[in-house]
Amino acid sequence: MRARGSPRQPARHDLPGMTTLLHYLPLLGVLVVVAGFALRFNPVPVVVVAGIVSGLAAGKSIGDILALIGTSFVSERALLLFVLTLPAIGVLERAGLREHARNWIASLRSLTFPRLLIAYLGLRQILSMLGLTSVAGQAQTVRPLLAPMAEAAAEKRGAPLSPEERNDVRAFSAATDNIGLFFGEDVFIALGAVLLIQGFYAQHGIELQPLHIALWALPTAIAAFIIHAIRTVLFGRRIARPGPQAARVEQAAD
Amino acid sequence: MLTIEQAYWLIALFLAGTAILNLRGRRWSHAAFWGVLAVLIAGGKFVLAASAAHNALPAQLAGVCVIALAALSPRMTRGNLSERDTAEREADALRLRHKLFGPALLIPLVTLLVALFGAYIVVGGVHLFDPTRMTLTGLALACVAALIAALWVTRARPLAGLSEGRRLLDTLGWAALLPLTLAALGGVFAATGVGTAVADLVRLLIPVNSALACVVAFGLGMVLFTVIMGNAFAAFPVLMAGIGIPLLIHQHGANPAILGALGMVTGYCGTLFTPMAANFNIVPVALLELPNQNDVIRAQWKTGALLLVVNLILMYLLIFRF
Repeated sequence: MRARGSPRQPARHDLPGMTTLLHYLPLLGVLVVVAGFALRFNPVPVVVVAGIVSGLAAGKSIGDILALIGTSFVSERALLLFVLTLPAIGVLERAGLREHARNWIASLRSLTFPRLLIAYLGLRQILSMLGLTSVAGQAQTVRPLLAPMAEAAAEKRGAPLSPEERNDVRAFSAATDNIGLFFGEDVFIALGAVLLIQGFYAQHGIELQPLHIALWALPTAIAAFIIHAIRTVLFGRRIARPGPQAARVEQAAD
Repeated sequence: MLTIEQAYWLIALFLAGTAILNLRGRRWSHAAFWGVLAVLIAGGKFVLAASAAHNALPAQLAGVCVIALAALSPRMTRGNLSERDTAEREADALRLRHKLFGPALLIPLVTLLVALFGAYIVVGGVHLFDPTRMTLTGLALACVAALIAALWVTRARPLAGLSEGRRLLDTLGWAALLPLTLAALGGVFAATGVGTAVADLVRLLIPVNSALACVVAFGLGMVLFTVIMGNAFAAFPVLMAGIGIPLLIHQHGANPAILGALGMVTGYCGTLFTPMAANFNIVPVALLELPNQNDVIRAQWKTGALLLVVNLILMYLLIFRF
């Protein structure tokens, strides 16, 4: 851990000419990513090539780059944990889980599309604030439960959803899960964002209480809930009007 | 003791099973893809241990495996994997009704219980759960419990877990791998100085004597860097070291706690815009079988943009006042 007042690195962009160019050369990797995504190449090779380009531009040897990619990859393997939900979800889907979720929501008359999604948003935010981020998620809850429920709630308008509308409802459900997760997690004090902030400041000689940091993320959490709830109501109104023209208007607006 | 390492072995087992099923279906690319990934996940601890002991060879081989996976990714097309007939599923749904929710809800419930009480469970004088990453270990345990319950409720044969899981995993295809690949890229970017280069570039471009300009540059820098890296956690130290601490805190006297909290959530807004945050924005596209890679981003970017404006205003109003 660094102590307060440790000598700062000299600002490298003060150095002239060639050194400056070399300093910015690894940014080529960023360029590869942007170009690759813009040209709609398969993202996995794009990302790996970007890593290699960035490493070569920084003057690393092939061996070093390979080792760097290998260790960074395996040290983040917890990101693959969500696949463990797939066998259970798959077995339940085979026995009609999504169909039942749809039927059940359709039978609850007062549960409209905005109410369902806003309730999920609030619940997801609160659970994340308590540190329970893995409780829900795209694989655990959105695909098997929320998305079919949202579709059923939207179809209470009396007409089935067109394929475009169905996709919009699914995408909106996924978005709601993300927003609930992000803007709840930042308030939780024992993990993740708040500890990262505290740790970073401690390294730079500024001591803060985790609770103090978490408290200041609260206004944003509330703003996120309000903004997305309003957008959910507006989206619900648009989807409540059947017909393909509604979908076209939104696409033109985008 | 239950540790996260056992969860990784479980993943490797599932991936290997998926590879074998694809091998039997003569889908060679898919089989190779999941097989190589299974080896990487199972060998992860060994690679990290060897690399800590300054033996770079296993890590380099892992790097070669990652490149092989990248080369296989474009061949991971969604084949037409047979799903059970809709009418049969409807019939089962009417028969089993709410019983179907039980196993599905077991996943959040068991995860929750382990997260809350896992630290207190002691068996034979030993803690049942390893405290590091206990919630994730709980998630893995919850998945096993849910699978057993699902098989019991639906009376499916045990191998259905593998074949149905494989159906979903093959639906995900390369999207399942993208979060890990991006994390690897983050490691490379950090090690090659991409972060400091971006921060220096931002500092070259702004008038550092204007507090407002610094706030805007810091906020938009967090967003930009999060969009590039796919992760606000990677952006935070870079922008803080580049702009936050020297300019906002030392020069303009900003409150560190407020700056840190609002800076981080400003970065989170960027996460809503970027395909680089693959586990949030690209994986669900595959999971929900949406036609366009950017469908989820399209649904959420407006919330992110409005929230970004709110955050910048909050930051400017609050950090210099308290």
